[in-house]
Amino acid sequence: MLARLFPHPLLSLMMVLVWLGLVNKVTLGNLILGSAFGLIVPLLTSPYWPDRPKVARPLKVIEYILIVLWDIIVANVQVAAIILFKPNASITSRWVTIPLQLTSAEAITVLAGTITMTPGTVSATLSADASAILVHCLHTDDPDAVRDQIKSRYEGRLMEIFQ
Amino acid sequence: MSLITEIVISFFLIVAGIFGLVGSFGLLKLRDSMQRLHAPTKATTLGVGGVLIASMLYFLLGKGTLSFHELLITLFLFLTAPITANFIAKTFITRNVRDHELPETGGNYGWAPYDDPPPQEVDIPEDKTGG
Repeated sequence: MLARLFPHPLLSLMMVLVWLGLVNKVTLGNLILGSAFGLIVPLLTSPYWPDRPKVARPLKVIEYILIVLWDIIVANVQVAAIILFKPNASITSRWVTIPLQLTSAEAITVLAGTITMTPGTVSATLSADASAILVHCLHTDDPDAVRDQIKSRYEGRLMEIFQ
Repeated sequence: MSLITEIVISFFLIVAGIFGLVGSFGLLKLRDSMQRLHAPTKATTLGVGGVLIASMLYFLLGKGTLSFHELLITLFLFLTAPITANFIAKTFITRNVRDHELPETGGNYGWAPYDDPPPQEVDIPEDKTGG
């Protein structure tokens, strides 16, 4: 019954929080309106999103977000340094293949987004069976190290979160 | 607003401005499209982020109200920036990169722009109208 009323509990919670953020004022009326959105929107959209991934460890999500935020700051400084101080001729860009152990579409999406936001890498495309992700490196001398870092730092944590 | 508050807010604004400038400069300076993609997806994230932090501090310390709009902008930015970058990268690959220029996938299937996905078991609802 509860599962049918709230097909995506986290989505419902997000809807309420985003609505309260948008109106920028926490009042009872806004809370009720936000809750109504949180109830109706997931119900209407659940036929298009049948297999919801389970978030096994919510605390790990917070850890992951903090790590990614920190990495984004580091990435900004690194990329800025490369842009400002490296002559174009000595920037060696490479394509790197990262084999994936993640299987759920949501987890791969999060990983691809993380790769794009963090140090010197942009995720470009997936292999046709989604078993590998193609990453473009702005500057690297050691593609294997890039692959290992992404696998251990991000994919390992996402495996714990989603499986 | 005290002097210290103003200095802190100015600090974030200036840092944000510098990163925004570097990101735009990178867009001009780097050689090809894939390299250019790195500049706006990263350097400008901190550029926008700095302005948002400064804005939150201004409203919190200056006006005494807590503003959530900046957090939402951050959320939407983190959702949209990677997707935009991914679309541009895919378009670039489809138009300008040949299959053999990319590394192997290491699996049985090639990269998605060049290879068909494996056959899937799709639940197609039965046609109840009859024929």
